[in-house]
Amino acid sequence: MEILGIPTQALFGQLLIGLINGSFYALLSLGLAVIFGLLNIINFTHGAQYMLGAFAAYFLLSKLGVGYWWSLLIAPIVVGAVGIAIERLMLARLYKLDHLYGLLLTFGLALIIQGTFRHEFGSAGLPYSMPAELAGGRNLGFMFLPNYRAWVIVASLIICLGTWYVIERTKLGAYLRAATENPQIVQSFGVNVPRMITLTYGFGVALAALAGVMAAPIYQVSPQMGSDLIIVVFAVVVIGGMGSILGSIVTGFGLGVIEGLTKVFYPEASNTVIFIIMAIVLLIKPAGLFGTQK
Amino acid sequence: MKRNLISILVAAACAWCGGAQAQISDGVVKIGVLSDMSSLYADIGGPGSVVAAKMAVEDFGAEKKGMKVEIVSADHQNKPDVGSNIARQWYDTDKVDAIVDVPTSSVALAVSQVTRDKNKVFLVSGAASSDLTGKACSPNTIHWTYDTWMLANGTGSAIVKTGGDTWFFITADYAFGHALERDTEAVVLKNGGKVLGKVRAPLNTQDFSSFLLQAQSSKAKIIGLANAGGDTINSIKQASEFGITKGGQNLAGLLVFISDIHGLGLDKAQGLIFTETFYWDLNDQTRAWSKKFAAANGGKYPSMVQAGVYSAVLDYLKAIEATKTDDSAKVIAWMKANPTDDPLFGKGSIRSDGRKIHPAYLVEVKKPSESKGPYDYYKIRATIPADQAFRPLADGGCNMGK
Repeated sequence: MEILGIPTQALFGQLLIGLINGSFYALLSLGLAVIFGLLNIINFTHGAQYMLGAFAAYFLLSKLGVGYWWSLLIAPIVVGAVGIAIERLMLARLYKLDHLYGLLLTFGLALIIQGTFRHEFGSAGLPYSMPAELAGGRNLGFMFLPNYRAWVIVASLIICLGTWYVIERTKLGAYLRAATENPQIVQSFGVNVPRMITLTYGFGVALAALAGVMAAPIYQVSPQMGSDLIIVVFAVVVIGGMGSILGSIVTGFGLGVIEGLTKVFYPEASNTVIFIIMAIVLLIKPAGLFGTQK
Repeated sequence: MKRNLISILVAAACAWCGGAQAQISDGVVKIGVLSDMSSLYADIGGPGSVVAAKMAVEDFGAEKKGMKVEIVSADHQNKPDVGSNIARQWYDTDKVDAIVDVPTSSVALAVSQVTRDKNKVFLVSGAASSDLTGKACSPNTIHWTYDTWMLANGTGSAIVKTGGDTWFFITADYAFGHALERDTEAVVLKNGGKVLGKVRAPLNTQDFSSFLLQAQSSKAKIIGLANAGGDTINSIKQASEFGITKGGQNLAGLLVFISDIHGLGLDKAQGLIFTETFYWDLNDQTRAWSKKFAAANGGKYPSMVQAGVYSAVLDYLKAIEATKTDDSAKVIAWMKANPTDDPLFGKGSIRSDGRKIHPAYLVEVKKPSESKGPYDYYKIRATIPADQAFRPLADGGCNMGK
């Protein structure tokens, strides 16, 4: 059976691939949505922090012999700590000013980090091998699904839904959301708002680094890996709605699928289809699909 | 009276200075290394090309011969508009005499046109498209190192002759990918093979899973990767993930550099067969030069593109010394009239269409157990003699009269 000239079997395979890519977009845009939606910081360093996560996993393996599973835990903590340092030392000074200064700072940081790594390690990148437990795959009939990619979808869903739950359904999340709406009142209740903001930024950065560790076995660990992805992730966050956590998760997966379908029917446009959608969404609903006008 | 005396002295000083290099424009030979300094081709050309150019100037002994040579560099970011703007500014304002390197064929084609308009010299090392000496040939352009025809006929015919007769192409969607796919398809068809399908992926794609899936379902014996640099690395890495070789298909890396193998690691890259025109471990001369290069390039060994930049700059400087001018037509005429002999590419020559001819090598990537250290990656399978490695002059469709 064929749909529009492509056999259904092949189409299902492509849809699954699209979902897998979507899970990367969702994971990355989740961190960005947390930082932007809750803290109003436009974090252009997100892509570089994703790259730092992948490099941290590489160094943990090559210099300390620490394997993939431990890296999933250690790398986000390390990079998250770096993120906290950035926030304390640099970003905190810019809160009183226009958002654009935060954008400039994070963009500049991204360029510095990427340039330094490229100078040291070159652009071809470094090899990171697949953890043995996840190597190989199974034949689903319509396609061969590598075990690792199945793991990526599952892990990404768990992390995304877990984060959404914490922010939207728990007391901690309620404090955070209240603090960003009206920091003075929340502070007067005795909640340490600056520390909460710092830890939240660190958490968003740690999410980016986690995505980086998960990407290391399948994409090349190269200094450019973040810059290629960050523009798409920003588009995902904009389409999903700048303040909405659920929006960025749903949009991430959805756009992954759409991009996957484009690769089947008209692959030359697969780079641009997300931006076309972003343009259309912004024209029709400027606040994004799940966003609310503030 | 005093003013007259000073004027006379100044005039005398000027006349005295100008004499030695009256024929070289502005007294300085200025060479611009235009490359991808920051993106997926930066390890293939990039800052390493600048190192190679500077080594060529040093080894030529410019200082001792009294020639002033200056090297400048810039990043074309793989964008033809950026590249041609830099070229224009270099030629018009900065008095650059020759541009060298330029990976990314779309940029090279644009710069070739600008160079022709300004009547300067363009020595291409990085770009691949055989159109540079074919339908887009120019009297001001010399295409060094390699091209898509050589790759197709070296790698392509070797693979078809060993039984790989059905192909599926994953192509980088721009000038280079199209040219490489076209030239390889011609070779496959000529040798009795079939092309079962093609898919075009945008340049700098991170995830090839969708395209690899399409290649898998085509059931072609050979998946031809008509891309380079980061694209090739990602394709190969992800192909192993999807069990492509276990399913009985093989990958053909149509353009692979030693920096790609270094980035992939031997366990993923072993067994790959492709064609190059330079390998650091070929003979004592290439070894000596490469070790010097690596020391100046942060320990990274040279790609054939960087070796080509060295060779091209060296020959260009020899031409200027011999003709005592940097006038483009005279210099290029000398280069085409005189055979080349340098420590890296051996004996070669430059044809009337601007194609540099030298031997090519069919290489196979070693298994991890066979490699004695970093960059010890290739086994030389065969040497293709210079007169067979490149497209015959008559077949190119080069018409310089235009």
